[in-house]
Amino acid sequence: GDGDLPSATTPPDSDPTGRRRVHSMLKLYYGLNEEGTAAEQAESLDPCDINGPHFDPEVYLNKLRKDCSLCELMDHESCMVKQIRSLDSDMQTLVYENYNKFISATDTIRKMKNDFKKMEDEMDCLSANMAAITEFSARISGTLQDQHAQITKLSGVHTLLRKLQFLFELPARLNKCLELQAYAQAVSAHRRARCVLQQYSHMPSFRGIQDDCHVIMEQLAQQLRQKFRDGGSSAKDLSECVELLLQLDEPAEELCDKFLSHAQSRLEADLQGLEAELKDSAFTDTGGGSVQKTSPGSNPISPSSSSVINPFLSPTAGTDILEFIDRGCNEFVSSLCLVIASYQELFINRPQEGELASKNIPEMANGKLHVFVDTLAARYFSLVERRIQEEKGVGDNSLLVRALDRFHRRLQAITKLLPGSAVPSHGTEIVVRAARERIKQYLSALQTFYHDSLTDVRQALAAPRLAVGGASASGGGVTSKDATPSLPELLTSLSNFILNQLKSVLASVHLFTAKDITFSNKPYFKGEFCSQGVREGLVVSFIKFICQSSRQYCESAGDRGGSTPPALLLLLSRLCLDYETSTISYILTLTDEQFLVQHHTPVTPVTALCAEAREAAQKLLNHYVKVQGLIISQMLRKSVETRDWVNTIEPRNVRAVMKRVVEDTTSIDVQVGLLYEEGVRKAHSSDSSKRTFSVYSSSRQQIRYAPSYTPSAPMDTNLLSNIHKLFSERIDIFSPVEFNKVSVLTGIIKISLKTFLECVRIRTFGRYGLQQIQVDCHYLQMYLWRFVSDENLVHFLLDEIVGSAAHRCLDPSPMEQSVIEVICERG
Amino acid sequence: MERCFPFQTSVTVYKAYTRVESDANTIARALTAQTAETDAIRFLVGTQSLKFDNQITNEPKRLSSENRVLTCAAVWRMPPEWESGSHESPDDSSNNPQTLELLCHLDNTAHGSVACVLWEPLGDGKRVISLAENHVLLWDLQESSTKATISSTATLEGKGQLKFTAGKWSPHHNSTQLVTANDTAIRGWDLRSMSQIYCIENAHGQLVRDLDFNPNKQYYLASCGDDCKVKFWDVRHINEPVKCLEEHSHWVWSVRYNHSHDQLLLTGSSDSRVILSNMVSISSEPFGHLVDDDDLSDNEENQQEDKGKEPLQDSIIATYEEHEDSVYAVEWSAADPWLFASLSYDGRLVINRVPRALKYRILL
Repeated sequence: GDGDLPSATTPPDSDPTGRRRVHSMLKLYYGLNEEGTAAEQAESLDPCDINGPHFDPEVYLNKLRKDCSLCELMDHESCMVKQIRSLDSDMQTLVYENYNKFISATDTIRKMKNDFKKMEDEMDCLSANMAAITEFSARISGTLQDQHAQITKLSGVHTLLRKLQFLFELPARLNKCLELQAYAQAVSAHRRARCVLQQYSHMPSFRGIQDDCHVIMEQLAQQLRQKFRDGGSSAKDLSECVELLLQLDEPAEELCDKFLSHAQSRLEADLQGLEAELKDSAFTDTGGGSVQKTSPGSNPISPSSSSVINPFLSPTAGTDILEFIDRGCNEFVSSLCLVIASYQELFINRPQEGELASKNIPEMANGKLHVFVDTLAARYFSLVERRIQEEKGVGDNSLLVRALDRFHRRLQAITKLLPGSAVPSHGTEIVVRAARERIKQYLSALQTFYHDSLTDVRQALAAPRLAVGGASASGGGVTSKDATPSLPELLTSLSNFILNQLKSVLASVHLFTAKDITFSNKPYFKGEFCSQGVREGLVVSFIKFICQSSRQYCESAGDRGGSTPPALLLLLSRLCLDYETSTISYILTLTDEQFLVQHHTPVTPVTALCAEAREAAQKLLNHYVKVQGLIISQMLRKSVETRDWVNTIEPRNVRAVMKRVVEDTTSIDVQVGLLYEEGVRKAHSSDSSKRTFSVYSSSRQQIRYAPSYTPSAPMDTNLLSNIHKLFSERIDIFSPVEFNKVSVLTGIIKISLKTFLECVRIRTFGRYGLQQIQVDCHYLQMYLWRFVSDENLVHFLLDEIVGSAAHRCLDPSPMEQSVIEVICERG
Repeated sequence: MERCFPFQTSVTVYKAYTRVESDANTIARALTAQTAETDAIRFLVGTQSLKFDNQITNEPKRLSSENRVLTCAAVWRMPPEWESGSHESPDDSSNNPQTLELLCHLDNTAHGSVACVLWEPLGDGKRVISLAENHVLLWDLQESSTKATISSTATLEGKGQLKFTAGKWSPHHNSTQLVTANDTAIRGWDLRSMSQIYCIENAHGQLVRDLDFNPNKQYYLASCGDDCKVKFWDVRHINEPVKCLEEHSHWVWSVRYNHSHDQLLLTGSSDSRVILSNMVSISSEPFGHLVDDDDLSDNEENQQEDKGKEPLQDSIIATYEEHEDSVYAVEWSAADPWLFASLSYDGRLVINRVPRALKYRILL
């Protein structure tokens, strides 16, 4: 029963565990490890584990017996029996399977043993055969060795013979090539043969061949040269030609010369084309000179009325400069570039081989090229310069700038091709010269414009007097209004015209420095052009010109008796003064900003210009005073000189001349008041017109000359007049005036009255003559005091006039003051 | 009221309220030097007054008196005791003005008022020219100058009313040339044919007031006028003045070359100023020293030469402002080349000398 017990105690549900145990044992056999081993080992320490290695049936039984009830034991036993039975059947199956496998393996091994024995026999047979073959082969090669050497020799001879055949056939082949004009082939063939022929030339037969070849090649070279000489071939053909000739040992120098002279002839043709165009345009220009040039629309800045040839109109009779330059660039410059490029490829950049290298061709060729380019470019430049010089019109500067830009830009190609060449720098010089010239032209154009504007202003000033109605027709340039323009309007329009003109000129000149223009980054255009050219040469010169021409007005007018209208003088004076105060600094700031002038070189400071303008303004105003004074003076002088003062009638009225003087003075006052401020005057008494004069006439004046016909007190007069003079200050008649109305008027009145005085002194007066002078002076006194800065001045001069007249009077009996007043007030 | 001025007085300001008997202001206008007198310094002053006889304060030989009413001219003889020239105490003459003896009138009533009268600059004093309105009258004095007859005349033709304002008889060319001024034009005349030989139109901007010939350069002429300018002309090139001065501030009434040193020029103006200028550049005297002088000079002179070599510029030497009214006449003394007089409207006669420094500079 022991055997039964364990199996009986094995519960039936432990069957899977048993099966697993079998698996694990198999695995153990095949060396596979299972991770569960550790757990199994832990389990296996338990003696009650029926599957563990330390299973102790006694302990197990005791335990069961202690723990379980009978019924449970019974169940346990039956379960155990079931498990044991299934384990037995498993064992039987396994044993059966293993047995089968073993039997089949044994069969296989037996079969293999038989096969190997058969193979061994065949291998033995093979090795025996191989040994036989080796023996045979050695025997054959031994017999064939002699014949092989012979064949090698024969094939060498064959090659040599072919070469010889080539040589012998060479003349014929060359001839054929010549006929077909396959020059390249001919040359390469000849080159291949040349060395050989040279080497064996001592043998007569080869010599013959060589001579033949020479003749043929000579002929070929001749043909090539001929082709080279004929102008017709294209550049590519030509370069091919040159290459071949070079390979034929033609002297490179000669070839260079020929190549260049050939190129020259073509370039000359281009140049002549340009020159012809130049002549054409010059011709049509002079021819068209007589024809009225009318292109008003394109011209933004012409003062309309000028019928003279306007400098702002460009002479567009011939082709314009852009076209010309374009043509020059496209024809001349580009073919020049082509020539340079192909020349360089041919003579300079070619790989140097053998003998050619020793001759130092590139250096020689380069030298020739430079000379060639320089001479041609010089001619081209002279043409371009002539054309630029013809560009006199300053209307559209952009055309010229674009032309110059293109000109300059295209020359850059030459820089790239020919790094050391002086051509581009010459080109830049031309551009610089053109720019300089341009500035000069602009300056003179501005000057002309200024003159024209002044002419227009003159006309506008003259117009109202000539024909009030139709004034607009003649002076249309300055004012578009049909009303006669006032002085301030004229002034603003004039200064605006000038300023706008200047601005537009600046804008035109500014094109030279635009960023997209290639030459604008040259040092000249960055520095000198801006400062010396534009600022000094153009702007400063123009301002100086304005001042200078203004001064000329003062001088020339003085001799020709006031050919300049006084209003113009006044206007110019104000213009110069405005320039001094603001316009100059504005213009210069504008220029400096536009051109970013950096003052490397000393430039005219603003203050100097302002001083000049102020001086001009002063001079003009002085001259204005002189001229106006002269006009009134002449009136007074004529009136004094042409009258018979001895036999005149008793005064009834103020003479018309005096009224005219007052009127003129008033209108001058208005005129000056339009442009200049009032100015300061010395405080005068509240009723200067009357009271002061009455005092003057009743006391001082009376005393002055009354005693002269009262013999009782002769010395009094002398004394009084001398004392009076002692205290009065000397009057400078033509003294500089200040920039205000009062000062101007004072100057004019001083001059007029002084003339009056001098004229009176050389006349002789009768009684009524003196009285008339008295009346006139009183009248002047009544009206003139208000214009001057110091009324005492008027008093003094009028006093002198009356006094002098009294001295020259045959019968000095003065008129009653009250009568004088009545007469004056009446008229 | 002419006087001898002692050489010692370098500057004498002399008030020529000349009329001893005059009770009124004396208005003076004309001034001349007694050119025939070489020992005494003597000036003649002409006055312009209506009520009294116009006085001529000194020897009448070269003088015209103008009286605008009568518009006449006369020839006078100076007092005989002066002619003898033996004694002249200043006191004498100043206190006892001699009266002049009227020799003859130049009877020109047919030709209008006389602008000026000119003696023949050289010769025996037999010929006189007067300019009246637009006529040039050449007179011959006969019978010891007691009778004057017109020997020839010329008339200025033109539009408008032409009137001579000034004239001058050229001392060159054997006294055959005359220059006159009318309005703004200067005209030259040949006295032999009495025809015009040149005309400078618009010589001045306004009236031409006076003329003077350079005594040493026959073609040079100075003119002055109402445009405040003094101009110098070379009559061979009349398009442009040789030089132009613009120093005065009013009409220039008188211009005079110094008789010996023609770089010294005197001008008087109605701005009450007299200006003495040194016009070296157009004078007959060369700049600095001649080359010959260098050879002669020794070391000590070299020093001086250096000084002399700083070029003398055309310059104003002095402006005299003693006058208080318009200056109508200036004149160099005939006897002393360094002395000159100027006369103003108020009758003040001022006599001045050329500054000593300049005098030495010119002489040495």
